[in-house]
Amino acid sequence: MLAFIGALPGAVSQGLIWGVMAIGVYITYKILDIADLTVDGSFCTGGAVFVVLFGAGVNIWLALLAALLVGMLAGLITGLLHTACGIPAILAGILTQLGLWSVNLAIMGMKANVAINIIDQTNLDKLLVSLRFVQDVARGSRPFYRHPILVVGVFTIAVIGILYWFFGTELGASLRATGANPSMARAQGINTNVGKVLGLMVSNGLVALSGALLSQYQAFSDASMGKGAIVIGLAAVIIGEVLFSRFFTNFALKLLAVSFGAIIYYIVIQAVVSLSGIDTNYLKLISASIVAVFLAIPYWKGRYFAKRAQKGGKVNA
Amino acid sequence: MLDVKGIHKTFNPGTVNEKTALRGVDLHMEEGQFVTVIGGNGAGKSTLLNAVAGVWTVDRGTISIGGVDVTHLPEYRRARYIGRVFQDPMLGTAATMQIDENMALAMRRGQRRTLRPGIGRSEREEYREMLKILDLGLEDRLTSKVGLLSGGQRQALTLLMATLQKPKLLLLDEHTAALDPRTAVKVLDATERIVGRDHLTTLMITHNMKDAIAHGDRLIMMYDGQIVIDVSGEEKKKLTVHQLLELFGKVSGSDEADDTLLLS
Repeated sequence: MLAFIGALPGAVSQGLIWGVMAIGVYITYKILDIADLTVDGSFCTGGAVFVVLFGAGVNIWLALLAALLVGMLAGLITGLLHTACGIPAILAGILTQLGLWSVNLAIMGMKANVAINIIDQTNLDKLLVSLRFVQDVARGSRPFYRHPILVVGVFTIAVIGILYWFFGTELGASLRATGANPSMARAQGINTNVGKVLGLMVSNGLVALSGALLSQYQAFSDASMGKGAIVIGLAAVIIGEVLFSRFFTNFALKLLAVSFGAIIYYIVIQAVVSLSGIDTNYLKLISASIVAVFLAIPYWKGRYFAKRAQKGGKVNA
Repeated sequence: MLDVKGIHKTFNPGTVNEKTALRGVDLHMEEGQFVTVIGGNGAGKSTLLNAVAGVWTVDRGTISIGGVDVTHLPEYRRARYIGRVFQDPMLGTAATMQIDENMALAMRRGQRRTLRPGIGRSEREEYREMLKILDLGLEDRLTSKVGLLSGGQRQALTLLMATLQKPKLLLLDEHTAALDPRTAVKVLDATERIVGRDHLTTLMITHNMKDAIAHGDRLIMMYDGQIVIDVSGEEKKKLTVHQLLELFGKVSGSDEADDTLLLS
């Protein structure tokens, strides 16, 4: 139990970081109605680009920006495969994801992982977030405002603010219409292909940004760090929706719910690991099962109620 | 306003499902004309409308609207000239967006969408006023999600949205077919009011012969991918269902019309 409580700040920090990615997943999955599998690759791309650039002495904000842009590029490729080449969205995502595996390795100089040198104190101080800071703040050797929960929290709120503004603009509204009803969107003069590509770009940009934050936090990027990212993202979206959809109806709050969903997901995972002592190799199986169940519940619910309604109809007839 | 010349369309060519839906359709509509289109299932009514709207491109022939050749323009580019209401009430509006948001999208039809606010501050009041013409009380539900509205309300809203930016051509694809009779009458009334107010060039498909006769100033009937009857002016005003059936029997050489058209 003590181990669990001790691990909580780290779990929350990590959840917040993954929350940024989950917000990206929300954009494709909920707004555009596309399950985009690019994220498993673009998450790592963001991390790899960041670590390599930061290691080369590039300013941290520029390195983050580069990660964002490269992620958007990955989204652009999936978008073009889908719209210009007519490949189904899921397959387009898988193709980009597979291709990115090689690209990610190439970015990291054909190594499976690259570390950030945090033994070098000045290097460490430059970082925005780090697992070290969690311990440092707890020990009092670093001011509280460097705590990853606070830093990523502010970061998340900024991201939500920008997205809230964007989806309220004419362009953002046309994107929402593209996902909500493509035939209506076209009838209103909206190029739905542009909408999809743009949405995929924004989404993967955020995913890559999240990957950059995570690699910073854990002080390395790894070729397999994005494996199953889409499942974690979906889990966060679904948990957020199930728990908060009653009170969070505003768009900004819905995005916040996704971030909360990611945090809850990591707390649950942490609890499972610390309390049951299960081999962490089973985590992916657990994640997949949780998401499968939560995705199935609305469907089962719908079928159950449909049957009841049918029966009722017969009695009335 | 609308010039359709010799259009042909065959679906799934070269397969067992091959279906020739349009075989040489010519249609010229003057500005402000209100044309009703009737015909049995598979006659090509909806295909004609979709061809004009640009859902896909035609195999042969040309289409121009207001002098602009749109034959090869994609659907979303043609939307600049065309207002549309679909048969399915779910198709014309975005269910997860609010009434005012839907209207704001329609208000910007044919314009570049930029990073300006999706709804301007003064727009909502404007929309509230506009919704009154529908006589459905929607003016008090501006921020309701469209998904909460009934089929009839959604169809009426779609109609209003199609005409927010005055279209060069209004396409109505059996827009009352999925509604109950009372709501259908309401939506048809709203159609008359809006078309009359803005003098819109309108092409309306209907299954109902009485509606086709009662509305518009010209009536065309389609059969087997062609226009077989075209009545306008005084002749159209005096037309009866009985006459129309007789005419159809003569043209098509069968009395199939009795089954396919009279029942509806």
